[in-house]
Amino acid sequence: MNEIWMQILVIVGVLLGTVTIAAGLIYVERKMLAVWQQRSGPNRVGPFGIFQVLADMVKIFFKEDWIPPFVDKKIFIIAPTIIMLSILMSFAIVPFAPGIVIADLNIGLLFFLAMSSLGAYTIVLAGWASNNKYSLLGGMRGAAQLISYEVFMGLSLMGVVIQVGSFNMTDIVNAQKGMWFVVPQFVGFVTFLIAGIAETHRLPFDLPESESELIAGFHSEYSGMKFGMFFVGEYLGITLVSCMITILFFGGWLGPSFLPPIVWFLIKMFAFILFFILLRASLARPRYDQLMGFGWKLLLPLTLLNVLITGAVVLSNA
Amino acid sequence: MLSNVRTLWMVFLKMFKKKVTIQYPEKKAYLPPRWRGRIILSRDPDHNERCVACYLCAAACPVDCISLQATEDENGRRYPEFFRINFSRCIFCGLCEDACPTYAIQLTPDFEMGEYNRQNLVYEKEDLLIDGMGKYHGYSFYQQAGVAVGVKPKGGGEKEDPPVDVRTLLP
Repeated sequence: MNEIWMQILVIVGVLLGTVTIAAGLIYVERKMLAVWQQRSGPNRVGPFGIFQVLADMVKIFFKEDWIPPFVDKKIFIIAPTIIMLSILMSFAIVPFAPGIVIADLNIGLLFFLAMSSLGAYTIVLAGWASNNKYSLLGGMRGAAQLISYEVFMGLSLMGVVIQVGSFNMTDIVNAQKGMWFVVPQFVGFVTFLIAGIAETHRLPFDLPESESELIAGFHSEYSGMKFGMFFVGEYLGITLVSCMITILFFGGWLGPSFLPPIVWFLIKMFAFILFFILLRASLARPRYDQLMGFGWKLLLPLTLLNVLITGAVVLSNA
Repeated sequence: MLSNVRTLWMVFLKMFKKKVTIQYPEKKAYLPPRWRGRIILSRDPDHNERCVACYLCAAACPVDCISLQATEDENGRRYPEFFRINFSRCIFCGLCEDACPTYAIQLTPDFEMGEYNRQNLVYEKEDLLIDGMGKYHGYSFYQQAGVAVGVKPKGGGEKEDPPVDVRTLLP
């Protein structure tokens, strides 16, 4: 009985924690972008503007939830929920600290890859259902982006899997007690980082959205809480990818014992979230044929080479 | 690829630079004295109105936002009976200031003129007249030249010679 309550506590804690972090990222992103652009950012609502999140949430809840008459209504409503659901499902396999994990699956990494790929349906379906030229262009770009990064995203993690010999996330973290995988798997780290940016559709790879050319791309027609779902889904995606990078390449909760493991995990995670925001502050968006060329011609051979060399080294050591 | 990394690093270093934003309602930006803002009418050193109601400003105004009516006092000195600027039309181009022969109309570094009622943007003479001399100190048009209107005798101006006595031939 006690174990069940513990499990429920972990589930609720992870759900509330991740959604709260995702909402808080609205403030963090605006503030950090401002810092890197030598501005002040939100500073009117409350001390240092920290109640900006509340103001934004209140505003988005009270916005009119308008469904245009020309859209494909069912798909239009379903599309924003897919990204939230698939990313929240992925959090099930993330071990935040020893014991704090919802489902310690033995194929955890595969589950993550499967769930994060489902998130792309959001963009394709939203772009299609909106029945709007710009949205459709955004959706098409989303699809083009999908087939260019999904290929090397899975392969970039295979080096780690070969070294550990397991898809289980806890095993992967425990295997990094001697050395973080960022050192032997540096190519894998860089390629997964790029794939992760593309997977969350963040700048510089926000081609489906590209507000400067497609208005808002696939979510041009969305308003109110449906738009909020896309927004929170994007921030959840950043949090998820930061968690995965931390677990796979930076030793998860491992760290000197003067801080509890969960704190180490959060420190590393937030460092990557800030890196994502820095990327947005500094880099320009490539054309989508450039992104596809980059993915297929450079990163795919690189990851294949990485898998080949890692396999050869592991075999020769065995 | 390498230039992207360099960009990232340079943007990161911006974190330690001073912010360029001025927190406006609390702190105000420096406006130079010749900034073109709210229009005023100035007075000369003797505390008389500088404006001689010559209509040049109204003629120069490209949006016709200045209207005035000339009149004379008992000495024959011209002054505006009313002087009205409609600031909802004014584009703050400063051509009226350029046209003014007496330095009467001047633009000032003040832009906080927001009103809830549009009619309040129409400024009358008592709203426009200030007590000081504005940007040009010590200048008095009638002291320099011009007809005798009770300010100075004929030919008594600062740059004027006394009138020539036409009844004598002596130089």
